[in-house]
Amino acid sequence: MTRPDEEAAVTGHFVRSYVITGGRRLPEADELSLHTLVTLAPDAELPLGASPEVREIWELCAGGYLAVAEVSAHLGLPVGVARLLLTDLFEQGHLLRRAAPPRAQLVDRETIEKVLHGLQTRYG
Amino acid sequence: MDSKPVMDERGTTRSTPAGRNPGIYVSDAVTTTAKILVVGHFAVGKTTFIGSLSEITPLRTEEKMTEASTQVDDLRGAPDKVTTTVALDFGRLTLSDDLVLYLFGTPGQQRFMQLWEDMARGALGALILVDPARLADSFPVIDLVEKYGLEYAIAVNSFDPSAQFAQEEIREALDLLPDTPVEYCDARDQRSSGHALIALVRHLLTRVS
Repeated sequence: MTRPDEEAAVTGHFVRSYVITGGRRLPEADELSLHTLVTLAPDAELPLGASPEVREIWELCAGGYLAVAEVSAHLGLPVGVARLLLTDLFEQGHLLRRAAPPRAQLVDRETIEKVLHGLQTRYG
Repeated sequence: MDSKPVMDERGTTRSTPAGRNPGIYVSDAVTTTAKILVVGHFAVGKTTFIGSLSEITPLRTEEKMTEASTQVDDLRGAPDKVTTTVALDFGRLTLSDDLVLYLFGTPGQQRFMQLWEDMARGALGALILVDPARLADSFPVIDLVEKYGLEYAIAVNSFDPSAQFAQEEIREALDLLPDTPVEYCDARDQRSSGHALIALVRHLLTRVS
C-alpha cells in the first residue's frame, strides 16, 4: 500500500483516497477478506460527524449482508479504502460480520463438497 | 436448476435503502462464503466467464497497487515505485440456503504481488482460462498460481468450435501434471462454464484429506 511518504503518482483519484482515509495505512487483508459478509448491527447509530463515505457505507449496509468486495464495488471505493472504513465501523461495534474465512489458508473438505453439490444441482 | 426459494430463517424484514435494488443482498441465512479465482491473461474471457455464471451483474472493484517501475536508471539505488490501479471483476452464485460462492477474476500479471496475496488467501482454488491460440501467454499465469500454492484446473476457452486443439497438445504445451484437469468451455455459455467449474471443484476434492 502506498504510504504518505512515498513518491506516488498523485492523481485526483489518489488524493481522494488519501483524504477519505486521513492518510492512514490501509489494513491488512487478514482483517476483513474480500468475501467476508458484513451488515449493519441492529440499533447501530450513525456516529456524529460521519464522513460522506461512511454515510454511504452505512446506508448500503443497512439493507442486508454484502461481501466486502461488493461494498467496495457498489460505492466505487478502492478495496483497501472500503476495508479500512469497514474495519473502523466493525471495531466501533456498528458492523456485524459473518462467514469470515479462517486466517490460515485452510481449505476444508466440507465446504468443497457443498460447493460441488451446489454446482452439480445447477449444471450437472 | 435449484429453484427453491431462499428463506430468511429469522423472518426479519429490512428496509431497503432508497435507490438500492433489494436483490443485491445476500440472504440472511447464508453462513458460509467460498471464493474461487478465475485467472488468465489479458482478454482471455475472465469477465465473460464470470458473467455467464453470476446471479448478479458482475461487479468491478479497484485495488491500488504499488509496484516496481520498469525503469532501471534509478540513482538512489532503490527500485522506483509507481502506483497502479488494477480492476477486479467478480460475481456471485448462491449454491444453497446457507452457502454463497464468489468468483473473482484475477489478472495474471506477476507484478501484482499484494493483489495475489490478497486473492489467494482463503481461495478454494483457481480455474485458469486459456486461449488455445495464445498458449504461451498462459505460462506466467500458471507459474503464479503454482507459486501461491493454489490447486487449479485448465479451462480452454474456445470461441471457435472449428479450431479444436487436442488435449494432449495443450497438456504438453502447458507442461501440466497428468492429473490436472483440462476442460473445454465456451465462456459465453452458462452450462459450459458451469461444467468447467465443476471439473475444478471435483479436482479440489481429490486434493483434500
